[in-house]
Amino acid sequence: MKILLQNIDVPGIQNFEVYRRLGGYSAVEKALKTMVHSEVVKEVKDSGLRGRGGAGFPTGMKWFFIDHTTDKPKYMICNADEGEPGTFKDRYLMQHNPHLLVEGMILSSFAIESSTAYIYIRGELFSILHILEKAIGEAYANGFLGKNILGSGYSLDIYCHPGAGAYICGEETALIESLEGNRGNPRMKPPFPAVAGLYGCPTVVNNVETICNIPWIVNNSGAEFAKLGTDKSPGTKLISACGHIRYPGVYEIELGMPVNEFLYSNEYCGGIRDNHQLKAVIAGGSSVPVLPADLILRTPKGEPRLLSYESLSEGGFDSGTMLGSGGFIVMDETTCMVRQLLSYARFYYDESCGQCSPCREGTGWMEKILHRLENGRGRMKDIDLLASVAKNIEGNTICPLGDAAAWPVRSFIHHFRDEFEWHVNEPLACLNMHQVTV
Amino acid sequence: MNFQFSSESIELISKIIKRYPEGRQKSALIPVLHIAQAENHGWLTTEIMNQVAEMLQIQPIEVYEVATFYSMFSLKPVGKCIIEICMTGPCCLSGAEELLAYLESKLGIKAGETTPDGMITLKKVECLAACGGAPVIKNGFNYYENMNFKKADLLLEKCTHESFTSHSNPYHQSL
Ligand SMILES: Cc1cc2nc3c(=O)[nH]c(=O)nc-3n(C[C@H](O)[C@H](O)[C@H](O)COP(=O)(O)O)c2cc1C
Ligand code: SF4
Ligand code: FES
Repeated sequence: MKILLQNIDVPGIQNFEVYRRLGGYSAVEKALKTMVHSEVVKEVKDSGLRGRGGAGFPTGMKWFFIDHTTDKPKYMICNADEGEPGTFKDRYLMQHNPHLLVEGMILSSFAIESSTAYIYIRGELFSILHILEKAIGEAYANGFLGKNILGSGYSLDIYCHPGAGAYICGEETALIESLEGNRGNPRMKPPFPAVAGLYGCPTVVNNVETICNIPWIVNNSGAEFAKLGTDKSPGTKLISACGHIRYPGVYEIELGMPVNEFLYSNEYCGGIRDNHQLKAVIAGGSSVPVLPADLILRTPKGEPRLLSYESLSEGGFDSGTMLGSGGFIVMDETTCMVRQLLSYARFYYDESCGQCSPCREGTGWMEKILHRLENGRGRMKDIDLLASVAKNIEGNTICPLGDAAAWPVRSFIHHFRDEFEWHVNEPLACLNMHQVTV
Repeated sequence: MNFQFSSESIELISKIIKRYPEGRQKSALIPVLHIAQAENHGWLTTEIMNQVAEMLQIQPIEVYEVATFYSMFSLKPVGKCIIEICMTGPCCLSGAEELLAYLESKLGIKAGETTPDGMITLKKVECLAACGGAPVIKNGFNYYENMNFKKADLLLEKCTHESFTSHSNPYHQSL
């Protein structure tokens, strides 16, 4: 069952005519001609759709929270900042099927009674911004955007807005700051964006993939969507798979598919490259805990692990993880876990906005200790020090980047402690291993 | 040295400002800085930032704050071409470190430096949302995926061509 990638390979699907011929924009016709905005919200609530940007918050509920008691304008924002390491699904969707996002944006904006919407897209993706602007232009030319759309009395403008290289701007309040022309410093919540977001007005921020589900839901009903996937994880999900697999790429799966099938079937990852062995997987983008081979394939109870919110989190922090953004990073037995972790520690240190001291100092400290360990200059007590620095960041920051930086560190040490100890015990062997030769 | 926006860019900027509500022209800051930087060979001077502040009717400090926060803006001169190599985890699983070492030895510079002839700047960047094609290099607004030494050689060769630059107005075309 495909919702998002159904027509992705159709030649010319980027063009309005082709998209329209395949039933595109029929959901806009249906909503604007036969529904009121609260009915669209209700369908999305009934669908059980959960945000695909990482946090998994129910989309219908988020829309329902929009403050309609004020006369202030409402804003719909699409989060196309895609920066979570291992995640490359939104870029793929926008590049190949831009009208799906435009159609989803029209429906989402209509649902929350917004007449101005922005697509905030990371600055590195200007080539995709052009594709989107072309699609938006076609939607205007065909009467699906602008004033009094389809004679319904509803008007909407959609604009693209580029970022400029800052992972933190994917966090929704940092994104709003950035869209206002400021540094991407996350805001304290509350107030939540639904009450005071862009320019102090009620605002919804949703991920690209989330929004691309809306046309299907409007066409087929929330109840039909809820029949797909599992009870707690309705629908399908894009998984972007990378690392040591035979077929890296973006796949749409019905939620609840066994990890084993996803990893080894030739329809998906095709197994580990060149007959190597599976060592570990980061299942939901670099911010979620890593799991070793046995725990990613089976839950602690010995049942098959499934690609769903609830199955991946089974086992809690010790032996579970999270679905996150669906960035599926696979590592084989040749991977040095200390070196791999160092790259993530450097990432979070670079990307911390620096507002809260536990995150600013802690990420720098973790990077430094890991660097020492990786270069054969670490001490045994560094390993526990590293874990305790991570623990001290958790829960003590304005935004979740602090936790996101801490979890990889804690989970890598938890599951692969012997490798960290080996780096301390065998400094020469470890230096030899890390020699990069051209 | 006096910087002046081209008349084309001025027109484009006034269109961009209209995308935001009355009085919220500061929202156009990032797009305007992208355009300014492209027109000044890839970097921003204080003079340019002051001009941008005046254009958007905000304080110069507000522009400096933003220009220093975002990694795509440079406050010092860069080469005609910037080779941006992704060094985040997934790219490292597929040979980014070897690729970086190769480029460094081939160009005779370290990451963060520019070749003495001013042709090429080598820059490390974080995940480009293209991990399925690791290792990934970005040059201008083009992505080069599944890179290897041979493909890197071809890219370097391209960079030596007179007309090939990383600094064209991002709104004009997607190259
Ligand atoms: C550090 C950080 C980075 C994030 N990056 C992204 C991102 O690139 N794309 C995205 O959609 N959500 C990202 N999020 C999640 C957003 O804050 C927000 O939850 C999401 O855009 C909401 O949309 P959804 O409900 O449709 O998932 C990030 C969160 C954090 C804390
Ligand atoms: S947790 Fe880190 S990134 Fe988030 S607001 Fe604090 S310093 Fe900034
Ligand atoms: S890690 Fe290099 S593109 Fe994602």
